[in-house]
Amino acid sequence: MKIKRHPGEILFDCINYLFLFLFAVITLFPFLNIIACSFATTQEILTNPLMLFPKEITLETYKYIFSTPTLVRSLGNSVFITLAGTAVNIAMTTIMAYPLAHKNLIGRKYLMLGITFTMLFGGGMIPSYLLVKSLHLLDSYWALVLPGAIGTFNLILVKNSFQQLPDSLEESAKIDGANDLFIFSKIVLPLSLPTLATFTLFYAVGHWNSFMQPLLYINDSTKWPVQVLLRQIVMLSQGGLGDSEMLDPSVVLPAQTIKMASIVVSTTPILLVYPFLQKYFVKGVLVGSIKG
Amino acid sequence: MSIRQQFAKTGSPGSVSPKKHPILHRLIMDRWLYIMLTPGVIYFLLFKYGPMWGILLAFKNYQPFLGFFGSEWVGLEHFERFFSGKTFWMLFRNTLSISALNILLCFPLPILVALLLNEVQVSWYKRMVQTVSYVPHFMSWVVVASMTYILFTTENGLVNNVIKALGGKEVNFLMSERWFLPMIIGQNIWKGTGWGTIIYLAALTGVDSQLYEAARIDGASRLRQAISITLPSIRPTVVTMLILKLGDVLDTGFDQIYLMLNAMNRNVGEVFDTYVYTTGIGQGQFSYSIAVNLFKSLVGLILVFTANAIAQKLGEEGIF
Repeated sequence: MKIKRHPGEILFDCINYLFLFLFAVITLFPFLNIIACSFATTQEILTNPLMLFPKEITLETYKYIFSTPTLVRSLGNSVFITLAGTAVNIAMTTIMAYPLAHKNLIGRKYLMLGITFTMLFGGGMIPSYLLVKSLHLLDSYWALVLPGAIGTFNLILVKNSFQQLPDSLEESAKIDGANDLFIFSKIVLPLSLPTLATFTLFYAVGHWNSFMQPLLYINDSTKWPVQVLLRQIVMLSQGGLGDSEMLDPSVVLPAQTIKMASIVVSTTPILLVYPFLQKYFVKGVLVGSIKG
Repeated sequence: MSIRQQFAKTGSPGSVSPKKHPILHRLIMDRWLYIMLTPGVIYFLLFKYGPMWGILLAFKNYQPFLGFFGSEWVGLEHFERFFSGKTFWMLFRNTLSISALNILLCFPLPILVALLLNEVQVSWYKRMVQTVSYVPHFMSWVVVASMTYILFTTENGLVNNVIKALGGKEVNFLMSERWFLPMIIGQNIWKGTGWGTIIYLAALTGVDSQLYEAARIDGASRLRQAISITLPSIRPTVVTMLILKLGDVLDTGFDQIYLMLNAMNRNVGEVFDTYVYTTGIGQGQFSYSIAVNLFKSLVGLILVFTANAIAQKLGEEGIF
């Protein structure tokens, strides 16, 4: 069906497409510019600061930041924290969500009340810090894994998705003599793989991007995840990698490009999984908007 | 219940008669479920309810060497100190300024962009804009703040270079009271606008296409359709999102503000969360900072319940 369009509508369409194009450009430009500059020569950055593609690509900066142990070590820490943390998150969340998905479990109502309350009120930063300290977890990766082992909202969402599975599945398995542990691990989890993928990404991005927890709990700079190191490099240090002992006096690279390359390196993992992120996160956000 | 009855007939594993002890029988039937609950319950008791005991320290004078029980009770001394000084009003003003600007500027933008995206008929173009606009959401605040530092610094930053090239005077964006709020709001707009559209776009896809067809047959223009069909259909979503926002007016987020704070802009930038960190972790005034945090949490709790009540009064679905 072809619809006649008024000139006003055509004008609106043109302005609309242009506006959205500008919106997309503004969103991407700062990051693309920083990527471009991190590969460019100092000379070119000075002559053409607005560039998106350097004429001459140099890997000097990247060679330098990967030649000192600081950044590599931090990336390794972040990878480890993200993998271990996400594994604990998924295990703890699903194992607790499964019993809570049983509507006629005795005591379920009170448990849900107690769980929901923690979304509205909590002890806060300092009591949590004192607790972690008294458990002797300061400067340990456990401090980044255990206190956030279950995200309350995620727990409720996973519980809701378990409730969506048909009851008859469980009933027939029970008649065949299966116990709840078997039903959970062999029937419910395999059927919930898309949900698990969504929440794995939720948790993993959370760990990779987390800044406050390591700031609070990790003082030892050799154990820093990459976000804390990045802040050190970009905002606190005058140059180099924030690791004074490693500063090589013969290196004449400007601090600016080192900072830019550090930003690029610490964001790359996010960009690598971005196609998955987009697909599952959008789904997850919409799941969260439906009350259950 | 059919399974349980079957088990009862053939003899349940726990061998407790379901007629004599119905509750005990059910507890035994569900024993695996309770075993599975145990680690989670321990987690919640230890890491979610455990720190709540620490709130008691707001009424004590906590000294690490005296411990939780050894420190003396001081009643409301810390609260009195907090409310009598200038700090309280500074924090209150800064937090509310940031939240108010967020609601005024960052809240309506996703709605506008979603409405504009909804008018795009070329589906690949729409998808491309969406894909691009979600990217900043996944970047950490450290990366966003770092990019801001690099682009806006006075030492060879892109923005100041452009200003100078155009004949303007260098502006110290990062180290001035005047530019703190614009930088924070700008970051929020950059990071959140694209992502914020998702919820509205989802509401828009739920609109019955027959409504548009009927309107077209009646000769309604696209503008008319947008005003009479599209806007009313996303109204409930807008109201719910606004209420959620009003409920956490005091939560300005720690990471972003902390990363953008420095000695030059602390007067306009310090908010409750960063102040708790500075006084508690930085200066070791544990009890005082817990008192500040407790005040913030209680007001936040009241705000959430008030916002929810308002939502239900307006006939919208509440948050809980």
